[in-house]
Amino acid sequence: MQLHEFLTPADQVAQRTGPGNRIVLSSRVRLARNVSGFAFPGWAKKADRQRACDLLCEAVGRQPEMQGAFTASLDSLSAMDKQILVERHLISREHAAKGAGSALLLSRDESLCVMVNEEDHLRMQALLPGFQLPEVWRAIDRLDTGLEQSLEYVFSRELGYLTACPTNVGTGIRVSAMLHLPALVLDEQITQIIQAVNKLGLAVRGLYGEGTEALGNVFQVSNQMTLGESEAEIVERLSKVVAQVIEHEDNARARLLEKESKVVFNHIGRAYGILANAHSVSSKEAINLLSLLRLGIDLGTLPGTPRALVDELSILTQPAHLQANHSDKLTAEQRDIRRADMLRHALRDVRRPIVPPPPAPPLDKPPAP
Amino acid sequence: MLCQKKEARVHLTDVKEGKVKKVDLCEDCAKAKNIEDPAGFALADLLLGLGASEELTSGATEGSPLVCPHCGFTQADFKKTGRLGCPACYETFKDGLLGMLKTMHKGNRHCGKVPRGLALGREVQERIQGLQRSLEQAVATEDYEQAARLRDEIKALKENPGAVMAG
Ligand SMILES: [Zn+2]
Ligand SMILES: [Zn+2]
Repeated sequence: MQLHEFLTPADQVAQRTGPGNRIVLSSRVRLARNVSGFAFPGWAKKADRQRACDLLCEAVGRQPEMQGAFTASLDSLSAMDKQILVERHLISREHAAKGAGSALLLSRDESLCVMVNEEDHLRMQALLPGFQLPEVWRAIDRLDTGLEQSLEYVFSRELGYLTACPTNVGTGIRVSAMLHLPALVLDEQITQIIQAVNKLGLAVRGLYGEGTEALGNVFQVSNQMTLGESEAEIVERLSKVVAQVIEHEDNARARLLEKESKVVFNHIGRAYGILANAHSVSSKEAINLLSLLRLGIDLGTLPGTPRALVDELSILTQPAHLQANHSDKLTAEQRDIRRADMLRHALRDVRRPIVPPPPAPPLDKPPAP
Repeated sequence: MLCQKKEARVHLTDVKEGKVKKVDLCEDCAKAKNIEDPAGFALADLLLGLGASEELTSGATEGSPLVCPHCGFTQADFKKTGRLGCPACYETFKDGLLGMLKTMHKGNRHCGKVPRGLALGREVQERIQGLQRSLEQAVATEDYEQAARLRDEIKALKENPGAVMAG
């Protein structure tokens, strides 16, 4: 089966919801595992890497969760297919650069994805929409326990699961949540928040773009340390921190509406103006403006417009997704024009933003996390 | 890291967390950062923090660089890639690694999930030790009936740990 036949269309992906997905776009847990008898993928001889790949694909494919999964060797996927998987956050850029001897298995519901011979023999991730870190941990824990029956993991009583990079040794776990934080950015509180979260030993990075640049006001919060702390402790610690960041974002939204509503409505109105009317929009500009439109929906300026529409467009305006809908190879300029055409068309029935009536004061303060 | 004033001559690729980050430096900046030869530049330092590549060599004795007997990986390879060659490398480079792990992690000992086979092994071992103590006691008190029962139980546990523990 071809990847485009397997993948859920973007409009249906955008319909997937989870608790708290107004601010938490998705929750993810990734485990790194290696099996005995083979060098790590980056150092293994080609023939050994292929042998390990076959063994691992077979074992993963046998798991009940992976029935009906999409399985592919990385050399059988086109550059565009790989890029689409990256844009869907299903595989890493590093894995997309791999070829023969590396593979991927994606479960039918796309919530489980196993990268074979990335940096480690297995990099398995569970991904769910919204704020559900314990749930993603349970899902990946189950898959991992199932794999234990047929694979011999390299494990040391002292250092835990051994990984190619010492930064992952121990639990091999990376727990992360993707957060949409436009108000903290507009209110210029984001740097402070990032520093505070960093002090707790957690990493914050912009989802798109390089380094600290955060396109679309999307930030990923994740644990850094994997040794000396159990999986449950890491999940709980991250959940607590994310709950606090959500509270700060909510407070910033309330503050902006109360004190600087003109600034906020100006941003939202301009974003709508460009997205609904422009004839050339770059990928970066689209991500940033769609973020503001999403904020506009959250704040009630676009009554009747579902959040899913913005989420769908956030997927479809990315370069590989845009290219996939056209048979001829597009230049960057052509893509910007097609992107604008698609946005104008998608937003043709969306009325321009209104200034919503001020919200009634909350009766109770939300409970502290 | 990059001044953007001059043409970048030194190009490094930092692969972290699955994201590829290109680091471009002009010659001046590279010199200032002591990275004149990009091939000799320690990617380990970039990935794991400055000093990481030096730390790993601390286990080596003067003049005899450590080589992993299982996979042939050397500390120079680690310096270049920031990755280890095979699981046995953890044993080979243990002395240098422990110091490094201390700085990058919360603790020095794993306290998370244990593969079920191993967890069972520990449980069974503890049970066997307990039974053995009871057996010695039974022999000491000349309760041979009890001793025989305990001996059979230990034997069964050693032969088929899974079935006995489940039952
Ligand atoms: Zn420079
Ligand atoms: Zn080795």
